[in-house]
Amino acid sequence: MAIPKVVGTETEYGIAGTGAADFNPVLASSQLIATFAGALRRIRWDYEQESPLRDARGFEPVQVREPAEEDVGLANVILPNGARYYVDHAHPEYSTPECASARELVVHDKAGERILERSLEEFHAVMPEGYHLQIYKNNSDGKGNSYGTHENYLVDRATPFSAIVRDLTPFFVTRQVFTGAGKLGAEAPWDERGRHRYQLSQRADFFEAEVGLETTLKRPIINTRDEPHADPEKYRRLHVIVGDANLCEVATFLKVGTTALVLKMIEDEYLPDLSLANPVAALHEVSRDITCTREIALADGRRMTAVQVQWEYLERAAKYVEQEDPSPENEEIVRRWEEVLTGLETDPLSLHRQLDWVAKYRLLEAYRERDGLEWSDPKLRLIDLQYHDVRRDRGLYHRLVAAGKVERLVTDAEIERAVLEPPEDTRAFFRGRCIERFREHIAAASWDSIIFDVGREALQRVPMREPLRGTRRHVGELLERARDPATLLELLSS
Amino acid sequence: MPKEQEQKRIQRREHGAGGGEDAGQVTASERAEKLKEEMDEILDEIDAVLEENAEEFVKSYVQKGGQ
Repeated sequence: MAIPKVVGTETEYGIAGTGAADFNPVLASSQLIATFAGALRRIRWDYEQESPLRDARGFEPVQVREPAEEDVGLANVILPNGARYYVDHAHPEYSTPECASARELVVHDKAGERILERSLEEFHAVMPEGYHLQIYKNNSDGKGNSYGTHENYLVDRATPFSAIVRDLTPFFVTRQVFTGAGKLGAEAPWDERGRHRYQLSQRADFFEAEVGLETTLKRPIINTRDEPHADPEKYRRLHVIVGDANLCEVATFLKVGTTALVLKMIEDEYLPDLSLANPVAALHEVSRDITCTREIALADGRRMTAVQVQWEYLERAAKYVEQEDPSPENEEIVRRWEEVLTGLETDPLSLHRQLDWVAKYRLLEAYRERDGLEWSDPKLRLIDLQYHDVRRDRGLYHRLVAAGKVERLVTDAEIERAVLEPPEDTRAFFRGRCIERFREHIAAASWDSIIFDVGREALQRVPMREPLRGTRRHVGELLERARDPATLLELLSS
Repeated sequence: MPKEQEQKRIQRREHGAGGGEDAGQVTASERAEKLKEEMDEILDEIDAVLEENAEEFVKSYVQKGGQ
């Protein structure tokens, strides 16, 4: 039986600065985070358990690591909501806490946007007048540079990685029809004709391989990074790099919810072989078809549209949820998945309230129509970019929300709470509560451990190798009883 | 449930056979008209919040690649 799918996302935000002669994105990202974190800044992330170059296929390539960012003192903090907020590759990056459901993930993914927005406000309050930052939740600068939005899923170590590759690749190639965040233009070097055309995905252009360890060049559809941040005998953390940054709550919910269901079906050997003849070429083709009607070739010779491939997965998922894994959330995932596929088959543009690529396309089309612009007009590029601006008064996605033109799944109150509070049903609860209450006594923390300094000779390490332990149910009462960290450690060991 | 499954399958085939072909063009002009009415207000709002000097702004947005 498949294991529960604990999920999280990591988003590298785009950052630009105006009004400073020597704008440095690395420094600005660090200042942005530090300003937000304030008193949290002394908490250092513990890299001890991390080995990013270990490969899921079972070997460790020899590579010299660049000097780590923490060595030069860049901001890197854990927040009381259990998230990690840090500088990565010249971008501010926000990793949500571990969530036990797709809906909870939507709340925490949105909380990340709010944290970036609030960071901007704090930053502008302390920086010289005239120096402004812009932050975008997107994945491309339109000039061939991409930055990622990664998803993470807890999977059973016993599941052969080859099965994950076989059954997940066709799913990833075709899920763009609802997960795409939309992009005006093409950045693949071979696509001169696509320079002024709209495509479904921000990211598709940057993928050149089927399977591999890379994340910054020659990116693969299936990433083999094997860093479970949990008991490595039992778990794998599937690190997904092929997705777009979504702003629409329905799109995020579907992206994570359907992927989690597909992974469960892979663990339970529930899926037929839908292998594609050429996954990388198909990824680019699907992204370039806003009518969602072009067929791609399967390895067995059949030809299907991306939507038809998705129906194959959905039909199995409906049966799987009914027979193996009924729950209100799973039923909602199946229902919404079906609605979206039906909409994509009849009229993709009807999904402008649910999907980012459609919402943005509709804006661009309307603006172009009104002003009689060519698709090459810079104004349309600006609209594409500013759709992703995190500021609620300037970001065009947020203006659509304010005008009631986007379907919401969660409430603002839930999002605001998640800025400060961890999820209650994963180990993020223990991490977040400890940070909130005992941060002065925490020497370091990571996804799967917290190291306390309670004034004894040795530091005390609390391992958290089970993502579904350390919940409010497990440790809530104990945390309330512990008046200080020393007592907490005693209670934990008794 | 098995019965519902059948129905779903049939329904999907119907969509797949007919609906897809014309999804791109049929109602292009109708849609444009409807879209215009609906969107006029939001377009005005966009004008009010768009960054100034689109060409320069877009040109200067260059990121260091990430993951």
